[in-house]
Amino acid sequence: MQDLPEQLANGLVLGAMYGLIAIGYTMVYGIVQLINFAHGEIFMIGGFGALTAWLILPDGTALMVALPVMILMAVACSVLVGVGAERFAYRPLRGGPRLAPLITAIGLSIALQQAIWAFYPDAKKDLTFPQFAGGPVEIGSLLLQRGEIFLLIAAPLCMIALALFVSKTRTGRAMQATSQDPDTAKLMGINTDRIIVTAFAIGAAFAAIAAVAHGLKFGQIGFRMGFIAGLKAFTAAVLGGIGNIYGAMIGGLVLGFAEALATAYIEFVPGMSQFGGGAWKDVWAFALLILVLLFRPQGLLGERVSDRA
Amino acid sequence: MRHRSLLILTTAVTAGALTLSACGSRDDGGNEGGGDGKKKTTVVIGLSAPLTGDLSSLGQGIKNSADLAVKTANKTNEVEGVEFKLQALDDAGQAGTGQQNATKLVGAKDVYGVLGPLNSHVGEAMLKTLGSANLAQLSPANTAPQLTQGPNWSKGDKKRPFDTYFRTSTTDAVQGPFAAQYVYNELKYKKAFILDDKKTYGAGLAKTFKEEFVNLGGKVVQSDSVNPEDRDFSSIATKIKNSGADFVYFGGEHPAGAPLTDQITKSGAKIPLVGGDALFSDDYIDLSNKNSEGDIATSVGAPLETLDTAKKFMKDYEAQNYDDPFGPFGGYSYDGTWAIIQAVKAVVEGNDGKVPGDLKDARKKITEALQNVKFDGITGEVGFDEFGDTTNKQLSVYQVKKGKHVPVETGTFEEK
Repeated sequence: MQDLPEQLANGLVLGAMYGLIAIGYTMVYGIVQLINFAHGEIFMIGGFGALTAWLILPDGTALMVALPVMILMAVACSVLVGVGAERFAYRPLRGGPRLAPLITAIGLSIALQQAIWAFYPDAKKDLTFPQFAGGPVEIGSLLLQRGEIFLLIAAPLCMIALALFVSKTRTGRAMQATSQDPDTAKLMGINTDRIIVTAFAIGAAFAAIAAVAHGLKFGQIGFRMGFIAGLKAFTAAVLGGIGNIYGAMIGGLVLGFAEALATAYIEFVPGMSQFGGGAWKDVWAFALLILVLLFRPQGLLGERVSDRA
Repeated sequence: MRHRSLLILTTAVTAGALTLSACGSRDDGGNEGGGDGKKKTTVVIGLSAPLTGDLSSLGQGIKNSADLAVKTANKTNEVEGVEFKLQALDDAGQAGTGQQNATKLVGAKDVYGVLGPLNSHVGEAMLKTLGSANLAQLSPANTAPQLTQGPNWSKGDKKRPFDTYFRTSTTDAVQGPFAAQYVYNELKYKKAFILDDKKTYGAGLAKTFKEEFVNLGGKVVQSDSVNPEDRDFSSIATKIKNSGADFVYFGGEHPAGAPLTDQITKSGAKIPLVGGDALFSDDYIDLSNKNSEGDIATSVGAPLETLDTAKKFMKDYEAQNYDDPFGPFGGYSYDGTWAIIQAVKAVVEGNDGKVPGDLKDARKKITEALQNVKFDGITGEVGFDEFGDTTNKQLSVYQVKKGKHVPVETGTFEEK
């Protein structure tokens, strides 16, 4: 167990990333009760946007200088695709049967993935992503990579900004109103269409930041990375209570810790040696999800799910 | 570089158009000129390999090398009265797609032999479909022993599942132990952390490595598995760092192997990753963010650069201006295609210079002929034993030095 701090750090970094992506699922669900399965692909497109910015910038640009441009480009690409998806794929189906937008989301996810596969130069295999120069930062016995530090700074900043936005600004309060009761919100003069677009845009922007962090941490991106990341983030959103933005972050962290700890320690539990390690970590993560849903169907922090069902 | 996919697309379309128009004009020419007065029979060699996806650079190398062999045979008129053509199908490294490709090739009226695939699990999926149609299959890269020696090979009960399957690559029954001996005897590493990716190839390779390593007296401090789709190995890396192992053996492919070695290095563990031929790729080094220095990969055969016989192949390959390098399996792909061509030649020569009219009969005869094919290929002597395995059991060890795989040793492993 002497490596517990390191494993917790691994879980924290992974969890923060899941949480950032999960915001997109949870905000959209909270307002239109749509599970946007194309969100993983919006995350992936953010990564490719950042890489494109890096490739366009002249060779030799320092990553620190390039990073703001890359983040802007990533956010721009993701938001464009997210808002476009809302406008052309989901809005025409609003008011239709629940299954229609769900199937559209799955279809859109495949289409976006294949579009990158087919049209982005060289994207048929994984591409390298720029890395910070220099070694890891040591904090006691802990080694933190520079790419991970970016994530550990970006994730709380994003969360604080989002919390302030939702609770303090007019648009944020309009968003809360819309999610509580869209019809009444409309009667109060809230432009719900605009609110929905805003929700998609914020979710996409968070996913884009997560994608930049993903690239910096792993040093590579690929057209398929949205699938697994999206699935995990969706799990995180459900775990924390879908519809609740704080729940998404908590759910992400719990999932990250669960994966790291399951990989490291399950095999030391007597009689469980063959169920530990990397091969079983997803099994444990999903077992945890099932357990939480059995005893607390609304998720860890969820409170408004029952009145919606 | 950045416009490569566009380039590939354009090349493919142009090549397709040219092939079509060339076929037309050649036939016309034959009829008008009267020449030899005989129309050439077209013999298609099917190919299944990952032409897209993570492993596409390896797959493209296989395809291009096969293409070169076909072109060479046509140019030198290797088989009188026969025009060879290559029909390349993409399996994306997926077993299901490989199986569909096999069905498609069996159904085609002019396919007489199949080259490929790259992945052992894809080969496994194609085996039965091709086998029941008596269509010869020759893989330049499959290394899982059970493809030729049956599921119980490790218990000494060797039984060839299908007479139609051959390969020019050596198997993991040889590759794993070869790596174990090198690591134990030459590098003096005694403590291993063994990982695999749960696939046919990876799990099999890790198992044969482990057995030999333990036999030699090495100690396995821990073994574990990862998901081949995963890119986050931070927890495993931390475990490896604290395990006190001298090295990590990874039975798996480079899309997972590259981030794995990257994250092991970043975790602070200064130990090399050792693996098989699926790590022997430039992509492995690129995607590991320069954290693969000192890593070791074994691969089938001797390095082509050191073989005199391969010089012409390398020159010809260069002259064709293919987009991707021939890679670790290019030489085997060329030799494999050539072996199929030789089998066709033997059958045609035994049949008054004609391809047998009955498709089923022709396929069966070519499969039988392939068993007895023997020639000096670019990778050395090409021939097959009673299981369809290559008789050439050479292997090499490569180490990453200054961002390049450098051959450090070549040898032959004697199977017990």
